[in-house]
Amino acid sequence: MLKNRIIPCLDVKNGRVVKGINFVDLKDAGDPVEQAKIYSDGGADEICFLDITASNENRNIIYDVVEKTSKKCFVPLTVGGGIRNVEDINKLLNCGADKVSINTAAVENSKVVSDSSKKFGSQCIVVAIDAKNNGNKWEVFTHGGRNNSGIDVLEYAKQMEENGAGELLVTSMDRDGTQVGYDIDLMSKISSIVNIPLIASGGVGNLDHLVDGIQLGKASAVLAASIFHYGKYSVREAKEYLDSKGIPVRI
Amino acid sequence: MNVTIVDYNSGNISSVINSFKEVAQEKVNIEVTSDLNKIKSSDKVVLPGQGSFKSCVDALNTINGLRNTLNEFVIINKKPLLGICVGLQMFADIGYEETQTKGLGWIPGKVLKIDNKKGKYKLPHIGWNQIEIIKDSKIFKDIENKSHMYFVHSYEFVPNDKNVISATTDYSSSIVCSVEKENIFGTQFHPEKSDKFGLKIIHNFINL
Repeated sequence: MLKNRIIPCLDVKNGRVVKGINFVDLKDAGDPVEQAKIYSDGGADEICFLDITASNENRNIIYDVVEKTSKKCFVPLTVGGGIRNVEDINKLLNCGADKVSINTAAVENSKVVSDSSKKFGSQCIVVAIDAKNNGNKWEVFTHGGRNNSGIDVLEYAKQMEENGAGELLVTSMDRDGTQVGYDIDLMSKISSIVNIPLIASGGVGNLDHLVDGIQLGKASAVLAASIFHYGKYSVREAKEYLDSKGIPVRI
Repeated sequence: MNVTIVDYNSGNISSVINSFKEVAQEKVNIEVTSDLNKIKSSDKVVLPGQGSFKSCVDALNTINGLRNTLNEFVIINKKPLLGICVGLQMFADIGYEETQTKGLGWIPGKVLKIDNKKGKYKLPHIGWNQIEIIKDSKIFKDIENKSHMYFVHSYEFVPNDKNVISATTDYSSSIVCSVEKENIFGTQFHPEKSDKFGLKIIHNFINL
């Protein structure tokens, strides 16, 4: 039986791990290579790096981080943040990333998704969607949550599946950093209309939230940052908890 | 000993290289090449493969003489080869991804899309799933039955002769996830991404 995945996400800025609370107020939580190794040894099913480096001159640091990490971690590594084109994807994959997650570039030019999934296979193309509820519907935000594209999230998710995305990483911006739980309504709606796996993100504060993301949100995988980074729970504790709730996990 | 990972533009092979180097350390030489002479002279060959069946077969055919060299290595010289993911799928006679494409024909059978039971199962089949070992395979030495391995695929290899199947995994139906036929080995899952047990399989292959 296929297991639900737990994916710790490390926000990386200038080669260091940080995590934003509602995308601001960053704290330093250490070295990405070491952290990734700790997570993979601790039972993480995948590792996700989100590169939030703003300045262009420091953009290349992530390649070095990915290269070092992939020599130590033998679970899948997904890297996102700042990917503009097929060439960026090629570079990350060559450095040892197993998947890339594309956000802004996919909104601006969906050809990046179709071209890259044709070239590298859809298995390594994750489309990341930052979603915010405007009262009537969810809209797709870009540029690290700063710009509203006005695009309907549900339509967009469907379109990205057609364009060749292998997975969708959906972050609720309303919930991100709040620790009140995933936006279950959003997750379950998307999951019901696409046939590719959904990774739920944004809002995890406790282990029941992970359970809800899978059982109610119908997510194949759950992504979390803070609850793992600051030692509130270990990945193993999370898995044991999920297991006790009848959710299939790899232990 | 020389183990060659065939580099034929079959998608991302960094993780395969990293994992083999990690296991081999200094004791075994890991080559990454499409050089036909190096492939011929190596002791073992790894055939990775990502993307579609068609794109991998096309990439293989693009390198002049590679197909013949691999045939000679496997069929005539009977040296060990490990196919990973689409690398395994290409053992088949024929694949149906994108369009009908001829495979290497080493293990008679075909490659079909996984039946998702009208959307009940998401595709690709991504993540950790347990393998059911149904036949002793040299690459499963010290691997416990029902170990978890990492999968990413939407197509499955259906061999004609079920005796070649060494392990299956359960996703919508019982899917072939490992084969062994004499000197030919293949895994549908990614040992290079399957943590300790995956590295153990790589170790077993290197030490055949």
